[in-house]
Amino acid sequence: MIELIKVGMADFKAARHPAVLTTLGLGSCVGVAIYDSRSKIVGLAHIMLPSSSIASGNINRAKFADTAIVDLYEEMLSLGADGRNLVAKLAGGAQMFTFAGSSETMKIGLRNYEASRAVLSGLNIPIISEDVGGNYGRTIELSSEDGRLMVKTIGFGIKYI
Amino acid sequence: MDNGLDISKLSGFHLDVLKEIGNIGAGNAATALAKMLDKKIDMKVPQIKVINLSEVSEVLGGAETEVVGILVGVQGDINGIMMFILDHNSARMLVNILMGNPLKAELEYDEMTRSALKEIGNILAGSYLSALSNMTNLTIMPSVPDLAIDMAGAILSVPAIEFGKTSDCVLYIENEFIDGLDSVIGDLFLIPDEASYSTLLRALGVM
Repeated sequence: MIELIKVGMADFKAARHPAVLTTLGLGSCVGVAIYDSRSKIVGLAHIMLPSSSIASGNINRAKFADTAIVDLYEEMLSLGADGRNLVAKLAGGAQMFTFAGSSETMKIGLRNYEASRAVLSGLNIPIISEDVGGNYGRTIELSSEDGRLMVKTIGFGIKYI
Repeated sequence: MDNGLDISKLSGFHLDVLKEIGNIGAGNAATALAKMLDKKIDMKVPQIKVINLSEVSEVLGGAETEVVGILVGVQGDINGIMMFILDHNSARMLVNILMGNPLKAELEYDEMTRSALKEIGNILAGSYLSALSNMTNLTIMPSVPDLAIDMAGAILSVPAIEFGKTSDCVLYIENEFIDGLDSVIGDLFLIPDEASYSTLLRALGVM
């Protein structure tokens, strides 16, 4: 029985093979899936905001792209992943609503996506596939078996990236 | 000075004030709904809920449950967003009553239904905000509403992200409107931006 590990909003988890990591109903948040093909160690973060610089005092590091991805990376290394083998996949970052005179608030999905890309690039983790943007929600599942990322939507079915 | 509002640190008093806003707003909204639907509509005392970000996806029957979200921008002396979330059943009842269909008729989210839902959102948001405006003497206006029908988690990510900028908690008001034996349950998120929160609390005389 493969363990299905849920990752909540503003949360991240890493696990050794065999495991399936899932996060449900990504909207403007971004799911960052990281995989080491040799050790089969997997990690998944559910990012809400691009940068921890807006926060003061004690912060929840799992909420922000700049802190959550780095923490996830380190946790994966501590489980035995090799930084040189890591690859990433991204999903989410939708714009769920539009307004006339659309404010920055509504573009947060895009900003989360761009910030995630930049942080991964800083860690030298290549992004090998992504399913981002649009105006719909996504549920994702990352399998440690082959690093396959399932993306499930209400209106557009299921695909694997 | 840090104007950021950490909801988890709100006092019981602040919550009471927000509850009162919820009460008066919901009362107004129920009256507006009754007028629009030409029916007697009762309401239960609105419940104020404060939950952790990690629990957000579990409300409304789970992150993947299909729900209707109506988003309205708030402008004027305070700025921010307001969102109504209706589960499928509640949306179906409201639309069917509004269109004069049988209550249990299946709901297809076609253009007609979407406009009806936007109109419902418009009326609810307008009545909420005018109650708030009367209480505070602030000018508060709703923008044209936008609608999304999708996974609860995805729709809730919008208010959750707004709250997430300053807090690890989300605050919302659960409303229940009753028409005879049927009830319509809707969750309301009112999220003033950072600067507006203090304006609002000051105008209410609590800060």
